[in-house]
Amino acid sequence: MTYFKNIWKIITQYGDVFFITGVSNTLLLAVITVGFGVIIGLALYFARKSRFSVLRGIGTSVVGVIRGTPMLLQLYVGYFLVPKMLPFFNPTPFISVAIALCINSGCYVSEIFRSGIQAVDPGQTEAARSLGLTSRQTMQKIVLPQAIKNILPALGNEFIMIVKDTSLASTFFIGEVMTSYAIVKGQTYLTFECLTIVAIIYFVLTFILTKVLGLFERRLQAND
Amino acid sequence: MIKTVDLHKSFDTKDGKLHVLKGVNEHIAKGEVVSIIGPSGGGKSTFLRCLNLLEIPDSGQIFFEGTEITDKNIDINIHRQKMGMVFQHFNVFPHLSVLNNITLAPVMTGKKSQAEAIEMAESLLARIGLLEKKDEYPRKLSGGQKQRLAIVRALAMEPDVMLFDEPTSALDPEMVGEVLDVIKGLVKTGMTCVIVTHEMGFCREVSNRILFMDGGIIAEAGKPDEIMLHPQNPRTKDFLSKVLY
Ligand SMILES: Nc1ncnc2c1ncn2[C@@H]1O[C@H](COP(=O)(O)OP(=O)(O)OP(=O)(O)O)[C@@H](O)[C@H]1O
Ligand SMILES: [Mg+2]
Repeated sequence: MTYFKNIWKIITQYGDVFFITGVSNTLLLAVITVGFGVIIGLALYFARKSRFSVLRGIGTSVVGVIRGTPMLLQLYVGYFLVPKMLPFFNPTPFISVAIALCINSGCYVSEIFRSGIQAVDPGQTEAARSLGLTSRQTMQKIVLPQAIKNILPALGNEFIMIVKDTSLASTFFIGEVMTSYAIVKGQTYLTFECLTIVAIIYFVLTFILTKVLGLFERRLQAND
Repeated sequence: MIKTVDLHKSFDTKDGKLHVLKGVNEHIAKGEVVSIIGPSGGGKSTFLRCLNLLEIPDSGQIFFEGTEITDKNIDINIHRQKMGMVFQHFNVFPHLSVLNNITLAPVMTGKKSQAEAIEMAESLLARIGLLEKKDEYPRKLSGGQKQRLAIVRALAMEPDVMLFDEPTSALDPEMVGEVLDVIKGLVKTGMTCVIVTHEMGFCREVSNRILFMDGGIIAEAGKPDEIMLHPQNPRTKDFLSKVLY
């Protein structure tokens, strides 16, 4: 019973640390990550199918290295390397770690683009080209509008994954939900109670996001 | 209208190179209706798809209306606008309405204004009895309706030749007739047609000439009655005995 009392005490006393600072930073980090992830993902996608072998090489190696190394390691590299590379910019730890997250996400997003576009029936491209459309027109008018229906739901999933993955960034104490946990636990020594609260927060966040995504997906299917 | 000189094409497969076209020489005249028949894997589709360069031949030349389109310096898109193609699996655009399926290419290529394209699309749809479906999406159409839509989508570019790759092979039997009727109507207008088909009765009825393709070459060619009734090549005889029962 003291367990539940303790939880309640933490919520009343440290609610703002968890629910305001923590949740808003987690969501902010996830939005930034997926937002820039999409831009980086597009760049990587086009690099990997570029006519120029140098660009293709760069794209393929970036994606290969990022997918082949642990995210936590990449966050460390970002945390230490970004301030060294952009000293004039004087980035906060939040920004350094966010940049690492964005690059990581960009690689996964470029895969989402690739498989979403590949999933469009090649017959669609052939039909469009046989009508005399250029490859660019075919991409814009035929392939992308169909690929977007594969891509958007996958991006939604990526967003949900990122919400959870941002917890790794707490290693650098940058103010998201897991950092809130570290702070409050440090002051109250109530480890399990704090963990419970954190678990509920992540669960509720991803639950709501999953529901919203499902709704959105059904809308997407409806006008197919 | 279309002339091919010594076309060769091979594909890289996991078992090595597959030599599919082994020197195809053919001349299709304006207004002619040419059917291509032959056993599976004989290279019929590959040959047809080379004609508008959906497949790039390894060697040989293709001339279309006097221009060598296998020349690397020409803009193939211009020439493709004059060559309509109809696919076995329809390939209608699922995200566009029936009307927009037809108007897209004429508008995008700058051939027609939006208004002109709509007017033409509506008259084409009326011709195939699909006018009342113009605002529907293709998923609401039957296979036969999709294929008729695909045919008029190609016609909207006002092509000089129509290429058909087994246009009825993916259809339920009761829908084959409606698609063949549209093609017959088209033949009556004098359209040059190249048709890969397994519909022997149909090809005998509409063709001026039949090409029998086997093993990557045109093994025999002639008037429908010559090929159907008096085939010379033993492989043609063998093939026909199997399909004509
Ligand atoms: N893109 C490709 N890659 C590899 N092999 C291919 C490709 N396209 C065709 N082939 C092979 O080339 C051969 C000839 O194919 P093609 O489609 O031209 O035959 P077809 O005469 O049209 O046969 P069908 O009556 O079955 O349609 C087949 O063995 C086929 O598997
Ligand atoms: Mg074929």
